[in-house]
Amino acid sequence: MISWAGLILVVLLLQNLMLLGTGRVRACIRIAAMQGAILSLLPILSSGGVPTLRETGIAAASAALKGIAFPWLLYRSLRGTGVRREGAPLLSYSASIVAGMAVLGIALWIASRAPLPGATASPLALPAALATMFTGMLLIVTRRTALMQLLGYIVLENGIFAFGFAMEIQAGLLVELGILIDAFLAVLVMGVAIFHIHRAYDAIDVGQLSALTDWDR
Amino acid sequence: MILALILIPALIGSMVFFIRKPWVCRTLLIVTAAAHACMTALCWCGFPKPALSGWLAMDAPGLLFLSIASALFLLASFYRVSFRKESAEKKKDFEEGFLFTNAPEATFCGCMLLFLSTMTLVCVSHQFGILWVAVEATTLASAPLIFFHRHRRSLEAAWKYLLICSVGIALALLGNFFLAVALPSRGVGGSMLLAQMIDQARGGLLNAVWLKAAFVLLLVGYGTKMGLAPMHTWLPDAHSEAPSAVSALLSGALLNCSFLAILRSQQVLVAAGFAEFGQGLLLLLGLVSMAVAAALIVGQADYKRMLAYSSVEHMGILAVGVGIGGIATFGSMFHAVNHSLAKGMLFFAAGNILSFYRTKRASEVTGLLGRLPMTGILWVAGLFAITGSPPFGTFVSEFTILSGALGQGRSFIAVLYLVLLAIAFAGMAVTMLRMAQGGDESNETRGREAALALIPPAVLAVAVLALGMIVPSSLGEMLRAAAAAVGGVR
Amino acid sequence: MFAAVNIALALVLSPLLLGVINRTKAVVAGRKGQPLLQTYYDLWKLMHKGAAISRTTSWIFIAGPATGAAAAFTAALFMPCGTVPAVFSFQGDLIVFAYLFGLARFFTILAALDTGSAFEGMGASREAAYSAMAEPALLLALAALAREAGSASLAGIYGQYGAAHWSTSGPTLVLAIAAMFVVLLAENCRIPVDDPTTHLELTMIHEVMVLDHGGVDFAFITWSASLKLWLFGSLIVGIMLPAGATPPESLALRVGGMLGLAVAVGITESMMARLRLVRVPQLLTGAGALALLALMLSFSMR
Repeated sequence: MISWAGLILVVLLLQNLMLLGTGRVRACIRIAAMQGAILSLLPILSSGGVPTLRETGIAAASAALKGIAFPWLLYRSLRGTGVRREGAPLLSYSASIVAGMAVLGIALWIASRAPLPGATASPLALPAALATMFTGMLLIVTRRTALMQLLGYIVLENGIFAFGFAMEIQAGLLVELGILIDAFLAVLVMGVAIFHIHRAYDAIDVGQLSALTDWDR
Repeated sequence: MILALILIPALIGSMVFFIRKPWVCRTLLIVTAAAHACMTALCWCGFPKPALSGWLAMDAPGLLFLSIASALFLLASFYRVSFRKESAEKKKDFEEGFLFTNAPEATFCGCMLLFLSTMTLVCVSHQFGILWVAVEATTLASAPLIFFHRHRRSLEAAWKYLLICSVGIALALLGNFFLAVALPSRGVGGSMLLAQMIDQARGGLLNAVWLKAAFVLLLVGYGTKMGLAPMHTWLPDAHSEAPSAVSALLSGALLNCSFLAILRSQQVLVAAGFAEFGQGLLLLLGLVSMAVAAALIVGQADYKRMLAYSSVEHMGILAVGVGIGGIATFGSMFHAVNHSLAKGMLFFAAGNILSFYRTKRASEVTGLLGRLPMTGILWVAGLFAITGSPPFGTFVSEFTILSGALGQGRSFIAVLYLVLLAIAFAGMAVTMLRMAQGGDESNETRGREAALALIPPAVLAVAVLALGMIVPSSLGEMLRAAAAAVGGVR
Repeated sequence: MFAAVNIALALVLSPLLLGVINRTKAVVAGRKGQPLLQTYYDLWKLMHKGAAISRTTSWIFIAGPATGAAAAFTAALFMPCGTVPAVFSFQGDLIVFAYLFGLARFFTILAALDTGSAFEGMGASREAAYSAMAEPALLLALAALAREAGSASLAGIYGQYGAAHWSTSGPTLVLAIAAMFVVLLAENCRIPVDDPTTHLELTMIHEVMVLDHGGVDFAFITWSASLKLWLFGSLIVGIMLPAGATPPESLALRVGGMLGLAVAVGITESMMARLRLVRVPQLLTGAGALALLALMLSFSMR
C-alpha cells in the first residue's frame, strides 16, 4: 500500500514545480503556505499510533504558523506594494520547470547514494526534501522581486523541515520552538524590509538594489 | 547566572521599545551594558553552573568570546551617546542629497540590547540546536540596526544581510540535521549536547560520512555569517552602511560569535578523529578570504568598506590559525581578541571622521592629523594595530600563527600568508596615511572632538597595545584552555 | 475474434467522440448543439464530393491524407483493450505506436507546405514545434507506465492494470494520466492549445494546414483525426480498466470510458480559454515535467 506520507511527498514535488512554473505572486504565496502546512502535519499523519500531546501541539503550532501567519504577513506586504506578478525572472518559467526537474534528478541521485543509517520515513522522503531545498534556492537565485526571494527562503526552510521528517529527527521541544520562532521573525523582519524597499524604490525588484559596490559608478 | 546574562538584556531590551524618552533609553542601554560586563567579569573568577540541564553552560572558548562581545558592547554604548544630538530630526544624506530620518532611539537601543542577549546566547549554547537558534536570532536582531539610517543604501545593505545570512544559516540548520543523522540515536532528546556529542565521537559512534557532510554545511552556513570568502558579499555593504558603533559590534563581536559556532563543530570533528578534514577546509577558506580581502582593500575608495574588507581578512586569519592547528590555534584565539579591539577602535575613529567630513570617500578626507588631531592619532595607531605591526598585540598573535605554520614545515602556506598580509598592509597604509596627512592649510577649521567619542577608541588602543607587551596570566590561561578545547596543542 | 471487435469499435465509434465533445460544450454553454452524429453526416457528405486540387501541388498533397489515415489505422492494430489482445504486439511496440503518429504528422506537414500557401506554412511550423514539445511528455509517460508494468509493449502495459497497481503506484499513474491528458489536448487540437472551431486562420494550428483539402481527402483527414483522438483516449482509459474483466466487459467498459473522457474534454474546453501561442510551450513543458516526475517516482517508490 502506498502510505499517506508517500502521497503527501508527491504533492510536495508537484507544488515545487508549480512554484517554479508561475510568476503570479499570490498563487505562489498560497502554494508555499499549503506546502508548509501539510509538511507540518506530515509527522502526525504518518505515525501509526495516536500522536502524543507534544507532537500534536508542535504540529498544530507549526501548521498555524506556516499555513496562516506566513501567508497573512506576505499578503500584507504584498498589498502595500501592489505587485501582482514577477516581471522578468532571470530564468524563464519553462526553463525554471526544466531546472526543477534537473534538480529533482540530482536529488534522487544523491538520495540513492547517501548512506542511510537505519530506516527513513519513506523512500521518497529524502529526495523530496532535497528537491524542495533546491527549489527554494532556485527561486532565490532566479527571481528578481524581493517577495519571491523571501518565498524561496520559506520553501528552503520547508525542505529542511522535510529533511528532518525524512530522517525522523527529534530535536527536542525547546529547539523546535526556537526554530519556529526564528522562522516567524525572519519572515516578519524580511516582510517589513520589503515594505520599506517598496516605499523607497516604488518597486520590489532587487535589481534596483545595486548602489553598493566596490567600484565607482 | 547564565540565564541572567541572557535574560536581563533581553527583558530590558523588549521594555525599551516602549519608552518614548531618548535619554531614558540611552541610560538603560549603558546601565545594562555595564551590568552585563560586570557579570561577565565575574565569570572569570569561576565558571557559573550550567543551566537548563546543561544546554547552556560556560566554558573557556565561550567565555573568551563572550568577554570580547560584552566589553566591546559597553564601549560601543558609551561611544553611541556622543552622537545623541544627531538622532530624530530629518537629515540630508551627504552622498545623494535626499532627506532621511533615523530610526527612533527606542528601536535602536532595544535592538542593541536584544543583539547583546542573542550574542550571549551564542556564546553559552552547548547544544547544537540552541546554538543555531541563537545565531539566526543575532541576524534578526541586528538587521534593524543596519537599517538605522532610514535611506536606500542602508536598506539595500540590510536586505542583502538578511537574505544572504538567513539562507546561509538555513544551510547550517541542515548541517545540524546531518549531525543528528550521524548520531546513533538520531538526536532524540538531549544527545545533541556538545559534551555528549564529543563523548560519542570519541567512542567512534558517529557515522563518518554524515559527520563530514554536516561539518561542510555548518562551515558554509556559519561561515556566511562570519564573512569567510566567497560567502562574504553581504559584509562590506552592511559594515559600511551601519552606524559606526554597530559596525564595530558587527565586526568585533558578531563575526567572532559565528566563528565560535564553527569552532563548536570543529570540536566534535576533532573528537571523532577527523581533525585534519576540518582543518583543511578552514585553511582553504581562510586563505581564500585573505586573498579576496587583500585584493579588494587595495585602492578601495570607501574607507568604511576598506575596514569591512579588513574584517574579512582577519576572519580569514582566524580560520587559517585553526586550520594550521597546534600553536597556531592559540594564536588564532589570541588574534580574535586583538582583532576585535583594534577593529572596534578603527570603526569608532571612522565614525568620528564620518561625522566631521560627512563623506565616506577616502579621497575627500585629508589632513586628519591637523583637523581632528586626537582621532587622527587613533586612526594612524589603528592602522598599525590592525596590520599587525610590532608593539601591538596583533603582531604577537599573527606571528604566533606564522610560527605555527613554520613549525609544521608548511612553508608554502607561511609564505602565502605573509604575502597576503603584506598586500593588505600596503593597501591600508596608502589609503589611511593619505587620509591622515596633507591638506593642512590655515583656512581649514579644526573640528571639535567630544570626549565621549574619543575615550572608547582610546581605551581599545591602550588595550591592544598592552596586549602586545604583556598577556595577563588569567587571559593566557583562558586562551590556552580555549585553544586546547578546539584541538590546538598548548 | 474480440480483437477484431476491438478494431471495429475503434473505427466505427471514433467519430462519435467528436460529437460528444461538441454536445458537451453546447450543453455547458446553454446551447442545443449539433446532432451527436454530425461527424458521421459530414463524413458521408465528403465521401460524395469531388475535390479541387491545385495545379501547383504534387503527389505529396494527395499522399498526406492517405498516409494519415493508414498510419492511424495501423496504430489502432497495436492497441489492446483490457484482456482483449491487440493484433500486433512485441516488445517496444509503444515506440512504433508513438511514431506512427509522427509519420502521419510528417506527411500532413509536407502536404501543407506543398500548397505553397503562407497560412498553411505557418500552421505547419506551429504544428511541428508543438508536437516536438509534446512528444517527450508522451514518451516519458509511456516509459513510466512501461517501468511500472515491467514490459515495453502496449499489450504488456494495458493488460496489467487493475486495483493492485492503483494502490501501490497510484501517484505514478495519476501523474502519467495527467501528462497524457495534456498531450491528448495538444495533439488533437483541443482548446488550451488550439481551437478547433476558430474561423481566423492566423490563430489556427491544425485546421489551417488542411484548408486546401476537400472531398474524400478531407473525409480521410477528419476520420483519421477522430481515430487519433480515440487512440490517445485509449492510452488514458486503458489504465483505468480493471484487470480481471472478461473480454466483453472490457470492451463495454472501454466504450463507456471513452464517452466519459469525451465529456471531460468537452468540460475542459468549456472552462478554459485558449492560451496565447507563447504560453503553449510552458503548458507542454509542464506536462513533460509531470511525465518525468511519474518516471522518477516509478523508480524510487519501489
